[in-house]
Amino acid sequence: MILESLDVDVAELERRTGWALKPQGACKAEFCVPMPAHQGGTIDASVVSERLGMALVEDATHGLWALGPDTVAGRALASAEAPELELPDWRGEAFQLSSLRGMKVLLLAWASW
Amino acid sequence: MRKELHPKGLEIVTVALDVGGIDAAKPFIERAEPEHPSLIDQAHSIDELFGVVNVPTGIWIDEGGIIARPPEAAWPGKAVFRKMIPKELPPDTDPWVVRALEVTSKIPTAPEKYVEALRDWVDRGAESPHALSPDEVLARSRPRPREAGLAAAHFELGQHLHRAGFPDDAVPHFREAHRLQPDNWTYKRQAWSFADPLQRPNDIYEGDWAGDVEKSGPENYYVLPDF
Repeated sequence: MILESLDVDVAELERRTGWALKPQGACKAEFCVPMPAHQGGTIDASVVSERLGMALVEDATHGLWALGPDTVAGRALASAEAPELELPDWRGEAFQLSSLRGMKVLLLAWASW
Repeated sequence: MRKELHPKGLEIVTVALDVGGIDAAKPFIERAEPEHPSLIDQAHSIDELFGVVNVPTGIWIDEGGIIARPPEAAWPGKAVFRKMIPKELPPDTDPWVVRALEVTSKIPTAPEKYVEALRDWVDRGAESPHALSPDEVLARSRPRPREAGLAAAHFELGQHLHRAGFPDDAVPHFREAHRLQPDNWTYKRQAWSFADPLQRPNDIYEGDWAGDVEKSGPENYYVLPDF
């Protein structure tokens, strides 16, 4: 996720990465990783980066950072539960993958290039 | 394909990995007149979320939201690029195009088996031999070492800056993403396509499509399902 400051909004963190901050730590599916207590609605990006193995890369020219995906499981999928995918459709309407629960889904990636 | 399988409980969701957004993907989508959800993923977020590294890639998800097959090469119909290879080329064809077509012809695909397997899964669900257990799904998902995580962060900055109107500032991040995760073709081909729509050798990036496929071996270009 792109950051304009190293204070990460915890709600945004959960929405973008699936990692929710709970009393027992940062949790996603059946995993929990201990985290230091945070105050207010934000947590330090470097702490998140270190604990969840998320790369933190800076672009100094533009004053931006990117927080990469977690690497705690060492694999792209840490759980077989499909992560939430929220993207606009080609008409600009918001779409959530979870809206198709109850159907089988073939998710098919393609590109114009 | 969708006409046949949608009444049986399958939805196809297409995801266009295009930093250029709807403008890049629209001509293709409009021609297809999709009835299924047809999504635009400017940030290539499914690379991060699922471990997608190439296109076309398919992921199977069951009724309960559990992944039944992780990302792998997918052709629910025909391998479109096969149809793009003409039998005879005009004599004045760009030599790079000739080479790219030669390389393309060496990439193995298996569209017929894919459709058969998909049908079987739609009919039989977890009873289908093609539905994998959760443990198998995880084991077959892409390894994600530290470098792959760093590559994703650099790609995210690159696509963000490119879209924000700073294409030159995006280049170092794209180059880092390529260096850190050389087998991620969506990161490479996206950036190359900005330097040259045909993805030929250029002054901005070390790699190019035909050269890189040859170097890594056309047989390794796709992760083929074991149907």
